[in-house]
Parts: sequence; structure tokens; C-alpha cells
Amino acid sequence: MADILVVAEHQDGVFRKTTLSTITAAKALAGLSGGEVDVLVLGSGVASVADTVAACGVRKVLLGEGAAFAKYLAVTFASAVAQVVKEKGYGAVFAPASTFGKDFMPRLSGLLDAPLASDIVGLIKEGDKVLAMRPMYAGNAIATVELSGSPLLFTVRQTAFDAAAPAGAKAPVEPISVSADPGATAFVSRQETKSERPELTDARVIVSAGRGIKAQENLKMVEELADLFQAAIGASRAVVDAGWAPNDWQVGQTGKIVAPELYFALGISGAIQHLAGMKDSKVIVAINKDEEAPIFQVADYGLVADLFKAVPELIAEIKKLKSA
Amino acid sequence: MKILVAIKPVPNPDEKVKIRPDGSGINLDNIKMVINPFCEIAVEEALRIKEKQGGEVVILTVGPKAGEQQIRTALAMGADRAILVEVENGLDSLAVAKFMAKAVEHEKPDLVLMGKQAVDDDNNQVGQILSALLSWHQATFASKVEFVADGKKAHVTREVDGGLETIEVSLPAVVTTDLRLNEPRYASLPGIMKAKKKELKAIPGASLGVDAAPRVRVLSLAAPKERAGGRKVADVAELVAKLKNEAKVL
Repeated sequence: MADILVVAEHQDGVFRKTTLSTITAAKALAGLSGGEVDVLVLGSGVASVADTVAACGVRKVLLGEGAAFAKYLAVTFASAVAQVVKEKGYGAVFAPASTFGKDFMPRLSGLLDAPLASDIVGLIKEGDKVLAMRPMYAGNAIATVELSGSPLLFTVRQTAFDAAAPAGAKAPVEPISVSADPGATAFVSRQETKSERPELTDARVIVSAGRGIKAQENLKMVEELADLFQAAIGASRAVVDAGWAPNDWQVGQTGKIVAPELYFALGISGAIQHLAGMKDSKVIVAINKDEEAPIFQVADYGLVADLFKAVPELIAEIKKLKSA
Repeated sequence: MKILVAIKPVPNPDEKVKIRPDGSGINLDNIKMVINPFCEIAVEEALRIKEKQGGEVVILTVGPKAGEQQIRTALAMGADRAILVEVENGLDSLAVAKFMAKAVEHEKPDLVLMGKQAVDDDNNQVGQILSALLSWHQATFASKVEFVADGKKAHVTREVDGGLETIEVSLPAVVTTDLRLNEPRYASLPGIMKAKKKELKAIPGASLGVDAAPRVRVLSLAAPKERAGGRKVADVAELVAKLKNEAKVL
């Protein structure tokens, strides 16, 4: 099969790890149907991003730099990727199923009239056909889908594929000439959620708060527990809707999909939409005073208790353990 | 401002779906169909824009006739009229967007609003594909829409990984809605009465000359691996002991 292109994700020149699991998925396709995996880095002043991905066992890195790509915009990125795909004849394009990939990849699908499988969690071969697996209905069904046409487009769920590790010699970085006209679309501003904590999608431990937290100031308790693990903090929709937590803390069907080693659900009832975002966590702990809460059905360790008594107790116990 | 709002009926998202034993789809018996929650937010936003600056709100559904029920709900919320492009169920995103593009070319709205994602297929594709087909600007995952330059441009704040981002798009544009954009109103009783008399134009999809051959085909559905959850601990001491000795995560 023709070669495969991965579109690297970065935030203003800072490499994002979402790219690594995307490379793994692309390699899985290469393993099933042949072809080599290249990575495209678009941006301005992003040579260091190209350098990072060059170490991940890919054939080569295409570096498309230009003022038009200084700020990410779906219009410029989709049209640039379309140009590269047409010129070089790639048979498949992969991007992370982050808000980056989810934004420009469908636009690319429209530009190229090419089929896109969103948020894939697996690739399999049946006869001479490669099929993709992807969740539907808030993860309550896994669909097997067949794409026809060319190129094949995929966005990749980060939690479903391991991060590509540095492998072998560094791949060559090939500067390419690519241009795009943003037309009347322009970047205006960005309001970054400031945090010293790991990103939700990378964290080993996540402490998440739900409606049961009752007030924003009670998040202090959640932060204190998170500090003991260098954990990321997540939230249910209710907490974000109430304005107690920023939007990008939301874990769920349409927010962040996470799968940490340890997930604390504090005062989270466990709506279908929330479960969709965290039920692949390795160990789930739920503390909720409502013993009927659906979160308990997926929890490995459920504690029916008053949050405001149990969490301080838990913090004290863990501190004791750590100092022992 | 003329606003076209695309809506899709989906099974009630608060009920867990059941997959048919043969994996051919989900069992829709006794499942209530509702407007996709993100589409409902799009309807609400369109109504608020109209209330502020006047104009017309036109509902568009590409799907089977049964979708008329959800269209009537959107009309009862306050939309002016509706178009149903009648096609069979199960079209892929490319085909749906192509049918929508035909309707947009005919209606010539200033703005197309739609949900960022339908909570059945969870594709998150149609708005972006539509904007590409129309060569329009796109702003996805909107949590705030403001008009500038005498309504010729919009500033759209988007919910993205890492925070919020604001972009400027000139109209016409496709904007897809995220959760925090607004809280949709309920249809009022007078609204429901009025909706019965509002225009709902059905157009047979086959008459539009769209190539709807599936490019993405769902071959089968399977249940995900179930977690072996459900165990309870009596108190914090037992929880900590289990986390340390059994799960070995402390």
C-alpha cells in the first residue's frame, strides 16, 4: 500500500504526546497493509518538534514552516495537509483525536472527499481489507468500520495505543514548501488553563470531582489528595458547568478520554457520558454517599460515605503511609 | 441574520443502548428519540441571535421521515420553518454533509449552526466537512459566539485541549457548538401549538443528485469489555489497605 502520513500535534512549538500514540497507530496500519510512516510537522519555528518525532522510528519527517502556520487554524492546516497528500501520494493520514485532530481532519475529509474514521481504538485485517474499530454511543458499542476510497483518514484515541518510543537512528528531516491562505479566518487569543499538574491525558493518577463537591472552595480537598500523587485533576460536566473548574478538566464522552493507573471519582454519580471518558482506567476508586450511584458499578473499590469526612481521612491515611 | 440549524434525532442519551444480538445495530425498541443535545444548543443559540438582531431560523434535518418529531420540537422552541431532506438512515458523514451543502446552496444562510458531535455515532465530522464542501470558514466547539464588524464577522471562543481559544471568522461560516455555549430552553405550550402550523418542507434526497454511496460503513457493533467493578469497601482504612496490598497503587 501507499505510504502513511502522521500529522504531528504541538501547541505553539511545544510537542504534544498525543502524536506518539498516533505514530503507533500508523505503524499498526503499516504492519497490516505495508507502506512507510512519515510525519508532517506544520508550524513556524517548529524544528525542535521535528527533531523530537524524528527519534520515534519513522522513515522521515516533513517540515512545513511558514508564517501562515504560526497559529493553528483548521483552514490552513487542512489545506496544507491536502497539498502534501496530493503531491506525495499518501494512502492514509493519521492525527490525534484531540481537539486539534478533531477540528481539521474532518475538513480534510471534505477537501479530499476521503473517508474518515474518528477516534479509532484498533485496526484489524480481514481478508485483504483493513478495518478500524471505534467507539460509538458513549463507548457502549465498539463499531467495526470499513473505509473505502483514498486516502484513508483516521483520528486516534490516545489511550488505545501505546506511545511510540525512541527507536534506532534519527529519521531525516526534510523541509518542504507548502503554503495556505487563511482567508478571513484569524487567530484572536488563547486562554491557557494554567497548571503545574500533568496533563489529564498523560497523568498516572487522576482525582476527579463531581457535583457532590458542592462548592468551588471544596476543590481544595481534591487538590490536596491530588498533590499526594502528583495527579491531574478532572471533573464531571456538572462541576465545569457550574464554573468551578475550567472546561478542559472535563472527563467524558465529549471531553477528555483518560485511562490512568488510578482514578478517584469523588462525588461523581457516574452518568453514561462521564463513564465513557474514564472506564478504561486500570483502578477506579469511587467515593459517593449515594449507594445507588452508577459509578459504583464500574468502581474496583467503592466507598459509600460522606465525601467531606472520607476524603480528609483518606488524605491523612495516605500521608501516614508515605511517611512510614 | 439568516441562520440554518442542522439537527439530528438520537436515542435518549441518558439510557444505555442495547446492541442487537447479531451485532447489526442497536435495539431501538421503547427508546425515546430526542434532539441530539449539542444540536439543541445550536437551536438555542440561533434563537438568541435572532432575538437580539432579528432574522430567520431555519431547521434542517437530513434523515428519515421519523425525524419530523424532533423538527417539530425545534419549531416549538421558536424556529421559523424547517426542511427535511428525506434519506434512509445510516448515511456516513460525507454523504450527510453533501446533502446539507445542497440545502445551504439553496437557502443561502449567513450562518450554519450545528452540534459538534451527535451522541450516537460520536463522529464529530459533519460541520467541518460541510464547511470544506462550501469553502466556508469553520469554528468548532464553540462556547461563545459574538458578532463584530456590523455582523460580517464572528468571534468564536472554542473549547480546546489546554483551555479556550478565540478565532475570528467572516460570515458565512459553519459554527459547531460545545456544551457551555448556552442552556437550551424548553418548548412552551403556546410554542408547541404554533409549531404545528409552521412550514416543514420535505425534500426527497434522491431528487438532489448527491452521490451518497457509503465511504465509511459500519459493519457490526459489539459490546465493549465490561469492567469487573461493583466491589465495596467498608471504610477508609479498608480502602487504603486494598489500594496498597491488592491494587498495589500506593
